[in-house]
Amino acid sequence: MEKINDKMAKLTIKRLSPEEEFPDLSQHNNHMAKVLTQDMYTKLRDRATPNGFTIDGVIQTGIDNPGHPFIMTVGCVAGDEETYEVFKELLDPIIEDRHGGYKPTDKHKTDLNPDNLKGGDDLDPNYVISSRVRTGRSIRGFCLPPHCSRGERRGVEKMSVEALDSLSGDLKGKYYALKNMTDAEQQQLIDDHFLFDKPVSPLLLASGMARDWPDGRGIWHNDTKTFLVWVNEEDHLRVISMQKGGNMKEVFNRFCTGLTKIETLFKDKGTSFMWNEHLGYVLTCPSNLGTGLRAGVHVKIPNMSKHDKFEEVLKRLRLQKRGTGGVDTAAVGGTFDISNADRLGFSEVELVQMVVDGVKLLVEMEKKLEKGQSIDDLMPAQK
Amino acid sequence: MANNFARILSSKRNVGIMSLVGAGSLTAAFLLNREHVTAGAQVRRVYPASAEYPDLRKHNNCMASHLTPAIYAKLVDKATPNGYTLDQAIQTGVDNPGHPFIKTVGMVAGDEESYEVFADLLDPVIKERHNGYDPQIMTHPTDLDSSKLKSGKFDERFVLSSRVRTGRSIRGLSLPPACTRAERREVEKVVVDALAGLKGDLAGTYYSLTHMTDQEQQQLIDDHFLFDKPVSPLLTCSGMARDWPDARGIWHNNTKTFLIWINEEDHTRVISMEKGGNMKRVFDRFCTGLKEVERLIQEKGWEFMWNERLGYILTCPSNLGTGLRAGVHVNLPKLSKDPRFTKILDNLRLQKRGTGGVDTAAVGSTFDISNLDRLGQSEVQLVQTVVDGVNYLIDCEKKLEKGQDIKIPPPVRK
Repeated sequence: MEKINDKMAKLTIKRLSPEEEFPDLSQHNNHMAKVLTQDMYTKLRDRATPNGFTIDGVIQTGIDNPGHPFIMTVGCVAGDEETYEVFKELLDPIIEDRHGGYKPTDKHKTDLNPDNLKGGDDLDPNYVISSRVRTGRSIRGFCLPPHCSRGERRGVEKMSVEALDSLSGDLKGKYYALKNMTDAEQQQLIDDHFLFDKPVSPLLLASGMARDWPDGRGIWHNDTKTFLVWVNEEDHLRVISMQKGGNMKEVFNRFCTGLTKIETLFKDKGTSFMWNEHLGYVLTCPSNLGTGLRAGVHVKIPNMSKHDKFEEVLKRLRLQKRGTGGVDTAAVGGTFDISNADRLGFSEVELVQMVVDGVKLLVEMEKKLEKGQSIDDLMPAQK
Repeated sequence: MANNFARILSSKRNVGIMSLVGAGSLTAAFLLNREHVTAGAQVRRVYPASAEYPDLRKHNNCMASHLTPAIYAKLVDKATPNGYTLDQAIQTGVDNPGHPFIKTVGMVAGDEESYEVFADLLDPVIKERHNGYDPQIMTHPTDLDSSKLKSGKFDERFVLSSRVRTGRSIRGLSLPPACTRAERREVEKVVVDALAGLKGDLAGTYYSLTHMTDQEQQQLIDDHFLFDKPVSPLLTCSGMARDWPDARGIWHNNTKTFLIWINEEDHTRVISMEKGGNMKRVFDRFCTGLKEVERLIQEKGWEFMWNERLGYILTCPSNLGTGLRAGVHVNLPKLSKDPRFTKILDNLRLQKRGTGGVDTAAVGSTFDISNLDRLGQSEVQLVQTVVDGVNYLIDCEKKLEKGQDIKIPPPVRK
């Protein structure tokens, strides 16, 4: 790695023993707390990534946030690409547990060819209100949000904005830096539901990713408001393609086209996205490895959602539900956010296919329940 | 500071490079050096200082007022022997542009050495915050002889309670923004061991935040002793709330007049308080208690962070010197409505707060009145200032009750 800085090796840490430093995780319930033992901590404490990120940096958010009421949180973050190598003894078992048994020797398939998606252009708009696909990307050579310096974050912003500014056609758009936007711009972005704010979740704050807010942060979107990029929020880039209605195919087309174009632009500048054949795209949170992809719809399923087999159906379809406010919100009036549960071990096309097929089935079931019919013969097999 | 540095200079540095191979990629990780390096050790730098300099154009705090690009460039590559950097010290000021009512300090110290290594920034910040006190040429007087206090008993028709607080840091251990879990636990151990040796009216009990029972917690809440995880971003952005509630706790004596917070914003916060107006007794107990605790930690080979330039060393530069805030809750229904109230307080070197503490508003006409200054005046001098000042305020209130006029007093020194 070109960035090895031997001066980081002179970083000191305290003279107290690893036993004295080991965190009290007795009240904790997250993936990190399940996996981290004294022996593992003792071993990992002696290492740092070439950028000086240490085990304490990895696990701080999991120590400060013992558990989430609804979901088993990951409890650790990466400070740079090398974190996943240097601390693999901790991260591999967490990845395995979080990503359905994904092994350290498994290979992840990337497929961003939208032609491979079958169907997806005909989800019933009477039920499917909107369709969206998001992922994240990290720029190789820069530290990730928990550990980056101001200079690095600004470097990410500059490089990203240059790449985005060269997009054309229906992807042509504009960048709004958080610290420079006018009141009018801010209001418009709020009305469009595009504006992201300084995180308030302690899960995120405790990792250090909100430092120096709003320096280096911003929102880019195309003129038609169907392709949106967040710069330097929880990841270097979050890329979102979305539109009203049920044409997931079109959303995914734009998603793949946009991502591929951006990646080409970065390559022209001599860098690339963080990616490897084991973990796929590398992002800040281990839960977003692989595709980092969440494809979802807002869908009206008041009857289906009250059915006692709802959870079972979702589980078999490998889908998850959220409220329409996103993660950690409750559904309003029978309208749910339904998306893929997996991120790693399946390709982008495979995941979007699961959502397209699964949502189609859910809508069919909803229609049957509306008519008072049974859905037993529609029950899917476990994917 | 020479003694301090001599104890922690490293003799040798051993660097190991470890190669890790996994899934087809090669990463060199570094074995961390376990010994301290000298102050001024190089830190990671990918970009020049100008690219790292924070955007402070919308900021209004002491750090932002004094951190020029030149000073930033000079200090950004330095670290204290514990590895604490300028970027860490200023993070809270970068993340919190300004407080609506008061000009915040905007930076913290991660260890005792921060005040040396980052003196080029901290000295002007200290000078601004402490009313012109110049650490480069002045010395700070420490005086915990409470017998020197004159007429410290207030009219209890007005004064509801009296309180003196300060902080103390244990030399050799990093401060809350930078300490590791083990260091924090060591602070707890050192202090709790010492407190267990207190006797007589100072004898008491320690309640660790991680282990207290529901009942103990309720009792501490009812006594208004319990402190909780800080929510103020001024504090959380400095990193002092990491690992909460590990190694945090509350100690108090059986009579509930002497209270110590462990590992909140400082290693220790020491509080002496009582209902009523007997500030003399409060200050007596304060001094006796502090000296006893100091003696007990010294028996075990520890000492407080202190030097004659800056007095007692605490996390926030605003608490240097004495770290002392002596105050009363006082009822001043007529005076508080008088337009001259603020000017009177200013001239007496006093500040008002609501009865909920800093950043709260007064309820009714009961105010928290305390000394403005911390550094450059001794403990005895500051408490005397409060005693004299509060007596003056009570006098004004009595005059207004009788329909007489009051005067704005001349400024007391400075």
